[in-house]
Amino acid sequence: MFSYCTDPQTLEGLKWLSCYLTTGKHMSFYLSFGTVLVLLAITAPTALGFGFLGAMAARARFAPFRWIGKSYTAIVRGVPDIAFFLFFVIALDQAFEWMRHKVKCPDWTDPIRQGNDFVVCDAAKLPLSTSPQWVHETYGFFVAVLTFAIVFGAFAANVLYGAMRAVPRAQMETAEAYGMSQRQSFWRIMVPQMWVYALPGLSNLWMILIKATPLLFLLGVEDAVYWAKELGATKTAKFSDYPHTNWHMQYYFGLLVFYLAFTSLSERVFKRISARLSHGQATAAGEAQRKAAA
Amino acid sequence: MKKLILTTAALAVTAGFAMADTVRLGTEGAYAPWNFVNDAGEIDGFERELGDELCKRASLDCTWVKNDWDSIIPNLVSGNYDAIIAGMSITAERDEVIDFTQAYTPPDPSSYVAMSADVNPETAVVAAQAATIQAAFVANNGWTLIEFASPEETVAAVKNGEADAVLADKSFLDTMVGQDGLVMLERMEAIGGGVGMGIRESDGELRAKFDTAIQSMKDDGTLNTLIAKWEVSSQW
Repeated sequence: MFSYCTDPQTLEGLKWLSCYLTTGKHMSFYLSFGTVLVLLAITAPTALGFGFLGAMAARARFAPFRWIGKSYTAIVRGVPDIAFFLFFVIALDQAFEWMRHKVKCPDWTDPIRQGNDFVVCDAAKLPLSTSPQWVHETYGFFVAVLTFAIVFGAFAANVLYGAMRAVPRAQMETAEAYGMSQRQSFWRIMVPQMWVYALPGLSNLWMILIKATPLLFLLGVEDAVYWAKELGATKTAKFSDYPHTNWHMQYYFGLLVFYLAFTSLSERVFKRISARLSHGQATAAGEAQRKAAA
Repeated sequence: MKKLILTTAALAVTAGFAMADTVRLGTEGAYAPWNFVNDAGEIDGFERELGDELCKRASLDCTWVKNDWDSIIPNLVSGNYDAIIAGMSITAERDEVIDFTQAYTPPDPSSYVAMSADVNPETAVVAAQAATIQAAFVANNGWTLIEFASPEETVAAVKNGEADAVLADKSFLDTMVGQDGLVMLERMEAIGGGVGMGIRESDGELRAKFDTAIQSMKDDGTLNTLIAKWEVSSQW
């Protein structure tokens, strides 16, 4: 990085540290924080979408929808995350490839399952083995987003389902008295009011999601925890220009600071959203706001 | 989000027109001198150099992929990469699940590292990396074994007293001896049958290509030169 970094053995103190902290490996480490943030930024709304659909399905009047919604929340919430990430993702990836195989290689005669092997034609590989590594990484990233969204969507569905039921019955009755249809009262009365009840549960989920990102490495996405582990490992002079003993403590401490800062920032944002949502609501917080203003 | 999905879908389609014969090589990246991540963040080591040379000789276009040791075989058979080149010893158990090329390093004894030279592995707590020949060896002898996911953790366990000794490939432990008072025991164990590349059983063609390439490196002596350079094992 810096011009004086060509011979790190001769450097000391801050100069050495400035070279050490700007190696290519450290750059990957810093970038991985970005990966984590981007993952959260995409996953959170997607999971909320899954949750909303799940909650709507769970309270649908058409029985098959209700079964789908209820079994989605029940099954996904019951399976351990790590099992879900190991089994479901490989199955999902193979399902995609199997479908592509059927479409693209109809005259292929060999079986797809050969003993332990899962073999599809080259054109059906996802991503193709010829595509550059970053395509593989992007694909892995989106599989990760989808898996996270499905898992956290199930929890969000349950939270939203409870929140919909917490909206005071009197509100819905009034809507009906005004002649609103089922659909109108759902979108105009229930949905705007339910968020204040859903918020504590959703903020819990968000905190858990932040901490769940190390599961990414199971999917081949290198996140901040993977790099901290790799960088903190003992380095000998033979294989590195920056030999050091086991520095896991220091790197993990850095992670701790990052995650604590991030969660405390989230905490503050949630406080603001909560104040905003309580405005004009028939809840204790809403009532307190009204009195304070009066 | 929609745009992102569309872009990736488009990429997946357009990438299909590229040339064939790309081979993805999977490795662990945490087992110096065999394979490790260098200061620049790239995979480096004996197997990096060996793999690149083999691909050149077999006229294959190779890319490198990092994967956890634990899931390195499942990800091979499900097709996420095409070959494992990660210091993996050829054993009968693994051979039932995947195929191996001919060995590129001869069978070498495994050795112990401990905080003092008078540790007796038979009565001590021995650390080994999970799903390795060393872990299987300790377990089969009925000694006390603790397993760890990565090689680094097995050595750390000895340093902090959780285990009395660690059993691993001698070439890996050689890089650790001398730090924080770690010493190598005189006792060695002759386990394992040489190190080879792991290939899917259905992929006989690729295995034949790598076999030929390894043979040609053995014949012209370049393999021995590489082995000497990285000090991974004895010579052929």
